[in-house]
Amino acid sequence: MAIETLDREERIPRSLRGPAGPNDREAEALGGRITVQVDGKPVAVPTGATILQACRQAGVRIPTLCYHDDLCIAGVCRVCVVEVEGMRTLQAACAFPVHQPLKIWTHTRKVRQARRHVIDLLLSNHVGECYACMRNNNCELQALAKEYGVDEFIFGHRSQPRYPIDRSSHAVVREMDKCVLCRRCVRTCIDLQEVGVLEAMERGDHTHISTFQNKPLAEVICINCGQCTNRCPTGALRANDTTDEVWAAIDDPEKHVVIQTAPSPRAGIGECFGLPPGTPMTFQMNTALRYCGFDRVFDTNFAADLTIIEEGTELLRRLHRALVEKEAAALPQFTSCSPGWVKFLEHFYPEYIPNLSTAKSPQQMFGALIKTHYAQRAKLDPRNIVSVALMPCSAKKFECNRPEMNASGYKDVDFGLTTRELAKMISEAGVDLPNMPKSDFDDPFGTATGSGVIFGATGGVMESALRCVLELVTGQHVEKFYEHADIVPLRGFEGVRYVEIPITHVGPVPELIRHLFSDWDWLKGATLKVGVCHGTANARRVMENIKAGGKFSECHFIEFMACPGGCLGGGGQPIPTTPAIRAARARAIYAEDSAYEVRKSHENPAIVRIYNDFLTDGPCGHKSHALLHTHYVARGKYIAG
Amino acid sequence: MKATHRSPLTFEKIKPGEPLQKALRMSRADVIAQVTASGLKGRGGAGFPAGVKWNLAAAAQAPRKYVICNADEGEPGTFKDRVILMDFADVMFDGMTIAAYAIGACEGLVYLRGEYAYLRAGLEETLARRRAAGWLGANVCGKVGFNFEVRICMGAGAYVCGEETALIESLEGNRGEPRNRPPFPVEMGLGGAPTIVNNVETLAWAACILDWGAEWFRNIGTPRSAGLKLFSVSGDCQRPGVYELPLGITVAELLKHVGGQDAKAVQIGGASGHCVPRSAFHRTIAFEDASTGGSVIVFGPQRDMLLVARSFLEFFTDESCGQCVPCRDGNPKLLEGVRLLERGKCPAGYLRELCKLAETMQLASKCGLGQSSPNAFLSIVNHFSDEIMGRTPAMN
Repeated sequence: MAIETLDREERIPRSLRGPAGPNDREAEALGGRITVQVDGKPVAVPTGATILQACRQAGVRIPTLCYHDDLCIAGVCRVCVVEVEGMRTLQAACAFPVHQPLKIWTHTRKVRQARRHVIDLLLSNHVGECYACMRNNNCELQALAKEYGVDEFIFGHRSQPRYPIDRSSHAVVREMDKCVLCRRCVRTCIDLQEVGVLEAMERGDHTHISTFQNKPLAEVICINCGQCTNRCPTGALRANDTTDEVWAAIDDPEKHVVIQTAPSPRAGIGECFGLPPGTPMTFQMNTALRYCGFDRVFDTNFAADLTIIEEGTELLRRLHRALVEKEAAALPQFTSCSPGWVKFLEHFYPEYIPNLSTAKSPQQMFGALIKTHYAQRAKLDPRNIVSVALMPCSAKKFECNRPEMNASGYKDVDFGLTTRELAKMISEAGVDLPNMPKSDFDDPFGTATGSGVIFGATGGVMESALRCVLELVTGQHVEKFYEHADIVPLRGFEGVRYVEIPITHVGPVPELIRHLFSDWDWLKGATLKVGVCHGTANARRVMENIKAGGKFSECHFIEFMACPGGCLGGGGQPIPTTPAIRAARARAIYAEDSAYEVRKSHENPAIVRIYNDFLTDGPCGHKSHALLHTHYVARGKYIAG
Repeated sequence: MKATHRSPLTFEKIKPGEPLQKALRMSRADVIAQVTASGLKGRGGAGFPAGVKWNLAAAAQAPRKYVICNADEGEPGTFKDRVILMDFADVMFDGMTIAAYAIGACEGLVYLRGEYAYLRAGLEETLARRRAAGWLGANVCGKVGFNFEVRICMGAGAYVCGEETALIESLEGNRGEPRNRPPFPVEMGLGGAPTIVNNVETLAWAACILDWGAEWFRNIGTPRSAGLKLFSVSGDCQRPGVYELPLGITVAELLKHVGGQDAKAVQIGGASGHCVPRSAFHRTIAFEDASTGGSVIVFGPQRDMLLVARSFLEFFTDESCGQCVPCRDGNPKLLEGVRLLERGKCPAGYLRELCKLAETMQLASKCGLGQSSPNAFLSIVNHFSDEIMGRTPAMN
């Protein structure tokens, strides 16, 4: 097995590129460590580290606003200013690199006055009242005001809004009157995700964050990833809230309201209730959902297993077409379960749409089955079923509203809820989530496998797919190749990963797909090349590598996730997000996978059953094509004037 | 427009190409040593020693380096670079080429103010002539291995792009916004390469220094403010125009030159400078005292100083790049305060708070523009409190 990575070239605009602090290698090159004095206390930091890092190391709290662990340095809010002895002006701690011994003072009169003024100035232009805001009690501006004891608006307080609220997007609402111009969203969109929908416009006191020609978000090339909403310090950018509609459905006695829950929200929702990141809440959440009034609680993992079977079969068919029939087969095949990634590809690389797996995402597969298979079994009129999906994602809100997602004859998924929205519903229902008794998912889709769970982490879809494909092809247990079936090289947070897996021997074709393949001899001795990447900036890297005929163009299968960290870092997950928080959520997800008895999709008895009872012409058959597969739209980058 | 006066200028006596040829006969280190010894400081306003800047860039190890000529003359009341760009471009290009030779740059860029687009044709013509003469291109003036080309790039009208890092951003095609410093352009400038950004006038004086020697320059002015300086004088005086005068001259002496003896105040250094009241006309115009990039605005006895403050604050409210909080949101607050003062409705307590805010802006803004934006407001409030306080609506 070979593992390689693709270096990420720096593409950050120079204005925003700053000393985020050196990595170990750079620090070594710069000559080791330097001792600085923070409020008289000596602390040794790597050369090139920022004053902020030095202060944190010294245990001195420096307030920040525009700074974010995930983003390049801006140094624009000036709330982190400190006094550096010998310098006339105050320096932004987040942006000032330490290259010589410094004496830093963090709470002198000048510093306190400047910080207080910055907060007062921000508040003077921040329209809205805290108690009528989605971010009440989770707002960084509010927290700063409290920390600095603001009890009046020294410089006044704007009460008249200046900008209309942009509600055009299914995923993200923009209320620019709450914006404090920290530009985290700009850096998220341009640098972290390399989409580039948001940018500062005009200057002086007219400066505001806007889209191309100030168009509504729905009309520009926003991929709905919602990463900006995760990093907005205030309520200026937030996910579109549909809880009222969901409550209305619950309150309607005619409606049968079902909810499917994805793996990542379980690993994150505890954070909304004060639990440390990475505390799994799966079974407590099931009870809470029933308490809220949902009629059935299903596990999206079932559909994830189904996605693996369909997408894995599709891959084997493409490989067969390429290797045996010697025909064009649009390889590498790209995963299609991240709707942010799908829209990214539709906008930026529409010529590669044939490479996208036609398999729907688990959410949409499940949606199509709920209003067909489940409706039949439960003897319900699909018209009366309201299908809700709990997702870590804001792009899922867009996905369920795509016009092609109505295979059941109805809108397959009526509402996508984010983790944050559900936390709100649970609070509203008066439920103390962490102390809820545990309960299981509802049948008939109750059983799931560990493979479905790890969909939430970057590399998880690929690991699940390989567990399945390797067993289907070799006829042997994947544990033979990977201890405990953990395909470790696919895990981790490296932006881009590339793995080669030789297929040394083959077994008989399993019953499930015998209608498609007679034998596996054509795969014997082949080397399966797969790639994994997360965050659309890395996706761009991989796509450019493919276009240039690099090693990723030789891949057979590549997993793409729009969000950094995969779904567990999704745009609908609890705020804040940092690399450490995402790592904790990943640990929860992999722990849940380990705990499952069945950890491979094709061994899921519910999957076996549905191919026996309902999707009777097998994976990639006619019925599956009608319900579980989709098509895409070449959108391009052109924005109509 | 009133015909503008122009005093005799040293640049008239410089033979184009002469300074360059002299410099190329010297070693790079000697060129920098001459500039350092002359005491030449940046003529754009900040007053950073040119020799030090060149030395830092020369010491930086990099495959590419740049010389940028800052011709984004945008400080209100400044029009002295225009004279050089119009009539003495050769002297400036000599200076640029000398700088390139000194630091080891192979490309130079002139960042020309958007409103000076009409000067571009003349500059291109000069460049073409210099290329033909072998003063640009490969092996400049026969100096083997010294290759240098100059491009002219247009600004688009933003005041902040006169700030060197914002200027570089603009050249790179980004929003013109100042960067975090450090790193400084001499370490990481255009495209990440070591870059020196010098004002038009600084480069022109550097050429003169290489022609006539550091000693000559050093002996003019004061110990900390050596040499001659161009002043653009405007406002309530008899002979507004461009004047070449030694640094260290008092405000009163300057006013005598321009016929503005009855002034009640002089704004030294443009919108970002300080307002000097009549009682302080003995102050010298020098880096260590009242410093200016060239702008001198004379206010006659009839001028309303509050109006002056308002006009400067309106300027900054609009011209702030909008990046950092103290400058973007502070200037509109000061402007509101001035409007309250005009109506006689600014409580003394609030004015004190605004003065503290002005101090915060000076201390905590990200770039020099933001840091100097409240200067005019503060000096007017401090020196003209009798005039601006206690107004009632009836007085207007």
